Amino acid sequence: MTRSCSCNDFNRAQLLRRGAAVAGRGLPQIEPGMPLPAGTGLDRRTFLLRSTGAALSVYGASMLSPLHFEEGIAAAAAAAPEQPVIVSIFMEGGWDSLSVLAPVGEAKYHQLRPTLGLAEGSGQPFSEDSRLMWHPQASGLATLHAEKKVTVFPAVGYDPPDQSHFTSRHYWEVGELNTQTRSGWMGRLIDATGQSGNPLQGLSLDYSLAPALATTKMPVAAVSSPADYSMWAYGLGEPVTAPALRTFGELGALGAPSPAYAQARGASLDTSIVLNQMAAFVQAQGKSTYKPTVPYPATGGEFPARLAALAAMLGAGLPIKCASLSAVGGYDTHSDEQETLSTNLGATIEGVLAFQRDLEQRGLADRVLIQLWSEFGRRPEENGSGTDHGAAGVAFLIGTQAAGQMIGEFPGLSQLDENDNLINTSDFRAMYCALLEQWFQTEAQPIIPEATLFKELPQLIKG
Amino acid sequence: MVHRRHARPRKARQQEQHRGKQHVKRHVKHHKRRHKHHKHVRHAAAKPRGTLAIPPPNAPASPPAPSPAPVESLGAPISLAQARRLCWRAGFGPTPGQAEALAGQPLQRIVYGLTRPSGSATLSGPAPVDDEGNPLAPADAWGHDHCWWLDRMVRSDQQLIERMTFIWHDWFANSNEKVNSQQMMLDQNNLFRSMALGSFHDLFRAVTVNPAMLVFLDGIYNDKYDPNENYAREMMELFSLGADRGAYTEDDVREMARALTGWQAEWSESSGLHNFHFDASRHDTGTKTVFGQAGNWNWEDAVRLCVSHPLHASFFVTKLWGYFIASPPDAATLASLQNVYTSSGYSIRAVVEAILQHPQLYDGPELVKPPVVYNAGLLRAIGRPIDTTAWAWLSSGAGQQLFYPPNVSGWDFGAWLDTSSAKARWEIASYVTAKTYPNPWPGQGEPEYSATENSAEALSSALAYWANPQLSSESSQCLAAFAQTCLSETLAPWQESPFRALRQNALRMLIATSPDMQVS
Repeated sequence: MTRSCSCNDFNRAQLLRRGAAVAGRGLPQIEPGMPLPAGTGLDRRTFLLRSTGAALSVYGASMLSPLHFEEGIAAAAAAAPEQPVIVSIFMEGGWDSLSVLAPVGEAKYHQLRPTLGLAEGSGQPFSEDSRLMWHPQASGLATLHAEKKVTVFPAVGYDPPDQSHFTSRHYWEVGELNTQTRSGWMGRLIDATGQSGNPLQGLSLDYSLAPALATTKMPVAAVSSPADYSMWAYGLGEPVTAPALRTFGELGALGAPSPAYAQARGASLDTSIVLNQMAAFVQAQGKSTYKPTVPYPATGGEFPARLAALAAMLGAGLPIKCASLSAVGGYDTHSDEQETLSTNLGATIEGVLAFQRDLEQRGLADRVLIQLWSEFGRRPEENGSGTDHGAAGVAFLIGTQAAGQMIGEFPGLSQLDENDNLINTSDFRAMYCALLEQWFQTEAQPIIPEATLFKELPQLIKG
Repeated sequence: MVHRRHARPRKARQQEQHRGKQHVKRHVKHHKRRHKHHKHVRHAAAKPRGTLAIPPPNAPASPPAPSPAPVESLGAPISLAQARRLCWRAGFGPTPGQAEALAGQPLQRIVYGLTRPSGSATLSGPAPVDDEGNPLAPADAWGHDHCWWLDRMVRSDQQLIERMTFIWHDWFANSNEKVNSQQMMLDQNNLFRSMALGSFHDLFRAVTVNPAMLVFLDGIYNDKYDPNENYAREMMELFSLGADRGAYTEDDVREMARALTGWQAEWSESSGLHNFHFDASRHDTGTKTVFGQAGNWNWEDAVRLCVSHPLHASFFVTKLWGYFIASPPDAATLASLQNVYTSSGYSIRAVVEAILQHPQLYDGPELVKPPVVYNAGLLRAIGRPIDTTAWAWLSSGAGQQLFYPPNVSGWDFGAWLDTSSAKARWEIASYVTAKTYPNPWPGQGEPEYSATENSAEALSSALAYWANPQLSSESSQCLAAFAQTCLSETLAPWQESPFRALRQNALRMLIATSPDMQVS
């Protein structure tokens, strides 16, 4: 093998640092509380332009030329610190709501769950309904709930319930009961209120784009690991790297004769923009450019690191409106539920708690709302070591601005639906409508076509 | 269904850390930083371009009745562009000269060459090894399973057999994340390969009681005391009938689960799950009513009831069609394909032969290459054997690690490319070039790159490196402009060779990662 490609490799973070240094403005650091312009001698807009991916300093040095860059990102970045944010976390597979908030006060629960039923007193009681108890591994939610930062949907769903993972998940993703809809509900929010040059406005912290973020015209992004978002190649180096990466983006701006071509072109173009947006977050010399303000759990794979990066990115003023993550592990517990659920739920909730504390430390908590959702709940009657697909499930909205009051009551197990599943007492589409109107100050109707079904929306945000 | 939400594999993290360390070293001392003035191309604000997934063709709820009319066929000898597309759609891309050799030949002969191979496959070229040159351990080492199969994709002369195996892995998507036995996954893979073009009824039956599947969808936990619905639901929704077509009810799911009861396995510390078998004492022998038919059904009846369901043939041919062709079949084609399928006794081969000769494959819109196909195709183009296991984590980063589909519905073939996977494909391309790129800063005894190559020569040399793939004229112009302008017109003598090598490497990367190369 040919040796020593390393000297030619391209490191964007280093490049931008040098670009900034050359410009005589010092090195942009991404630290907690960064968007505050105090003491920098710069106005907020200028400061943000330099810190947000520090792209303009690089652009100014003509090292990198983002395509139609200024209008989109600059405007978005300037407005970002005041904008509300949603962080949507998907519990994939249909989590067992009757374990997350277990109706231990109901005798029927113990009949239906001889093996899996949680014992009364094994978790913290739920203060809004004495029948219910938090799963022991969800104690972080109990803590936040006691601080009035959790709005609970104890039985959320839709009628008629669909027990296919893929159909039900699709409904939740697109925000309507329509198998043909292709744009996501958050994607349509971005289409209606976003910017054409800002992919980060809808950010999947994952290896692929969350369907709930799919847009019809605006760009959105997937970033699996913010610290790694750079592009280098064997035998590539300056002075060729910068024009090469520019050409990579330019190839994405050319015409596309088919949807597949358009997807490929669009991915190249958006990647070149996100490279600039993310530049300051790419680790340099193996070191992270940011530090969380609180410790994050060591378990849970990439989930806690992604949340920590997200908090730092929001702290730096990156123009993120909707972020999407998958929770730790899977929740389709047809078998071996006890152990699987405890492990995955515990790691997820621990990460969420750390994230919330991080946001609070950074002074961002009032503009970020976390949503935990799943495609359905599971069958009340167990199948031995697990549970099959059910209907209504549980969802949470977490944040200092969450109203903190239960939406819809827990319907109890004495009356189930025709398939012996939990009956819903709230509808996810009403949740979306209320989020759009109360959190994003946007009219729900054009984004959620079935909005008219819901005359009165629940109050999700503190009044 | 089970889901993979996993920590990035340890190996991958180590590799990336390793790489991270590697690429912070700069070569700034080699030359003074200097800038050429690039013309800033002022782009009009790009056309709005959303990020919708491309939906696969879906079988209609009311399909046309099967028709004995023949399926439309291209008939004529195929062009070079058509031959290239066939190599990407029915295999893993052309080897150098392969598409050129197929061009001009009658299509039927080419297709039969793919669908009716004789004997066992020939794997030509060096056997796969890991980074230390040792043979792969596909049943044991992380990522070696992926690379073991990738090697077959790269080297097998029975390309369609590997491609069909790849399709069945997605169709009956099981993940080792839950199965937790690479050997069981490999056994299932060999099952897919051996039945790749036979009868779907036989394949479906074999898969239903295949150990990996029995673990993945909890067949071994399904008994008459506590029926488990996991396999029952997915065998109808994903494997044979489709959701939202009115093909089955929730009651059918429950009754089907009862019919499937009785399979189990033993477990021991040393062997894990083993001895998968049917235990009649755990089977529900009562009457079950499935699709309105009552009987004492067992697992074989369950499969038979699915394949003889009136909505199965339309589901099967439409889903299979979607792996090869982007646009849906029209009603007449759907009617004829159903007839091809049912009248041949559920023959996969018969349907594939019809699809591969259909004009829509050659005239219709592009498909995005799956990450593994893209990776295998680049290796085939430059003739590189499997000599590293990096492909496993690289491909995982691009959204597709073999034996680890994201869930039981398989990968989303309509959403391969976004800002995460495009960057990951760049990394794949870079690793593909790792052993053959010209070093701009050669050490003692290493060759120096040409100090005189002009921009047109540079572009054709880079295209030749990838065995001359076809690019759109717009992309070619863009690359030619880059080749012309990326270097200063007046290079210092010490820059003449190194900078041309840099340009060559950049061109190779830009070709391999171009949007044109992501589609076929």
